[in-house]
Amino acid sequence: MDEMKDVVLEYVVDEYVDEDDDVEVGFDTALISSGIVDSFSMVSLKVFLEKKYDITLADNEATPEAFNTVTSIVELVNKHLG
Amino acid sequence: MSNIGSYEERLKGFDWDMAKEILGWEEGELLNIGHICSDRVCARGQADKAALIWEGFGGKKRTYTFDDLRVYSNGFAKFLLDRGLKPGDRICIFMDKIPSLYFSFLGVLKMGGIAQPLFSAFGDESLEVRLESAGTAAILTTRKHVKKVRKILEKLPELKHVIVVAGDESKLKGEEVFFNVEAAPRVEEFDAYEATPETPSVLHYTSGTTGQPKGAQHVHNSIWGQVLTTSWVLDLREDDIYWCTADPGWVTGTSYGIIGPWSLGVTQCVLDSGFTCVRWYEFIQDNRITVWYSAPTAIRSLMRDGVEPVKAHDLSSLRHLASVGEPLNAEAVIWSEDVYGLPFLDTFWQTETGAMMISNYPDMPIKPGSMGKPFPGIEAAVLDLKTHEPIQEPGRVGLIAFRPGWPAMFRAYRNKPDIYRSKFAGAPEDATPDELRTNPDLWYVSGDRASIDADGYYWFVGRDDDVINTGGHLVGPFEIESALVEHEAIAEAAAIGKPDEVNMEVVKVFVSLKPGFEPSGDLELSIMNFIRKKLSPLAMPQEIEYMEKLPKTRSGKILRRYLRALEWGEDVGDLTTLEDD
Repeated sequence: MDEMKDVVLEYVVDEYVDEDDDVEVGFDTALISSGIVDSFSMVSLKVFLEKKYDITLADNEATPEAFNTVTSIVELVNKHLG
Repeated sequence: MSNIGSYEERLKGFDWDMAKEILGWEEGELLNIGHICSDRVCARGQADKAALIWEGFGGKKRTYTFDDLRVYSNGFAKFLLDRGLKPGDRICIFMDKIPSLYFSFLGVLKMGGIAQPLFSAFGDESLEVRLESAGTAAILTTRKHVKKVRKILEKLPELKHVIVVAGDESKLKGEEVFFNVEAAPRVEEFDAYEATPETPSVLHYTSGTTGQPKGAQHVHNSIWGQVLTTSWVLDLREDDIYWCTADPGWVTGTSYGIIGPWSLGVTQCVLDSGFTCVRWYEFIQDNRITVWYSAPTAIRSLMRDGVEPVKAHDLSSLRHLASVGEPLNAEAVIWSEDVYGLPFLDTFWQTETGAMMISNYPDMPIKPGSMGKPFPGIEAAVLDLKTHEPIQEPGRVGLIAFRPGWPAMFRAYRNKPDIYRSKFAGAPEDATPDELRTNPDLWYVSGDRASIDADGYYWFVGRDDDVINTGGHLVGPFEIESALVEHEAIAEAAAIGKPDEVNMEVVKVFVSLKPGFEPSGDLELSIMNFIRKKLSPLAMPQEIEYMEKLPKTRSGKILRRYLRALEWGEDVGDLTTLEDD
């Protein structure tokens, strides 16, 4: 679980946060409601999760609320991994 | 009783000067949009009234009065003149929806500049194309976004001023200048530029099928169309609390997120944070919003989240809802009436039209799924696809067109007179832009298709070109394709719109790979993120299909329309010119 959190956090920081941005992103930082990840960019994050963990996320699961923090993302992925 | 009252009655004896009556306009007053939206409101006794209720992420909330608007826009206007900028200079505003965006927009207009707002999620390439086309002299941005400017600055010799208006001043580089208007000395007095009706005001970029985006040039005279439509369609009144969810990087965010409400002295709210259903409902509840102008993509996202979040919030302040950006489906209209007790009224217009053209109106019966009827004073038609003659039979599909001459009409595509001329059916080859926009015998052809029913209601059918409408934003396939072939793995590419339940369309691309590259999950992600960063999240492909070779005509042109027809399950048409395998 913690390892997965690290992987997802690293991806989010690498792809959505620039080096000199003034934001610190942690496991519970709001990603969508803060605007760090916009709703269109959620799709690339979804693709990343599907490829990385070999799962399929339905559109009605990939909601802004479910993708709002690294913690909630990992919870969603874990539901699929059983 | 609504402001418009009876639509049918308003058609009789209509005159655009009715906008002047609404504003209480007197002959000889200064026609400068920046001045009208701030100084004039104050002079009419509303200086202490809230103009902007702003909320950002993390509970930040600020309220600014019309006097604040006046002083801070004065501050920007004076600062820009002091830096050596002149009336007529294109001044780009490239920032999130922070208060300085709104102050600077009015400030640029007050000093006679041309405001060029750009969506802050644009990547460096999208930014470069638009700044180069406009010959932009200055850009106002924030530290968060200035790094995109740094990447392209050397390629833009006309861009002389990079002004950072928010963020950490100590991290500026080179000749960047910092200006925080709220911390600077208050500028109580500023003589706004003496604009004429035809003085350029706002330059908005819009995408087409071919070539790079085009700059639609508007003028200060647009205000009459924006005032009248704001009053009659959005039904705004003095005591309303209004929320337009659009970003001023797009035309809705300036015409109806700044000019319309503030010229009328109406309080408006701005939420500068990402979309979640709960956050939006909280915002409406906490600010007691009465009039809400949003977009079908957002409405369908709210529908998806269901009725429970609606019940969990007090949305009883809402009294009028409207929508723009793409056609609003009948289900969404019916759903909103069920759950909010109010239908969203669809409105249709474009970057080029500057103001609403076809709408549903308060007190006019709604046919859910219809665009409504032409605004009074607008002569509209659907034209036969081949002859460009108005279609008389109900239900037959044609091109939506308007007789030129309405006040908010765009005056030019910047440096593209031939493309401007091509928008007018029957235009003489030697006609100047001024002749085109004032010739009552021509039709301005919108690029959208619709039919008209026996009751005069318009029904949207689709675009007449390959432009992709995603989430209410037009994205040009050429821009995406040009960027895609810059990716190390891609040999050739085609971009189309693919049907999508929430966004109407999303970007799908077809690519063939260079030797040595194979399709993979990593490559897919790499392509998506490449476009997201280079252009914008809106342009990011949501689906990538790999092909050995893209279908082409015998002359080598990629058949984008053929791919689109296949995707939409439509007739692929005549393939006799298709390149042999």
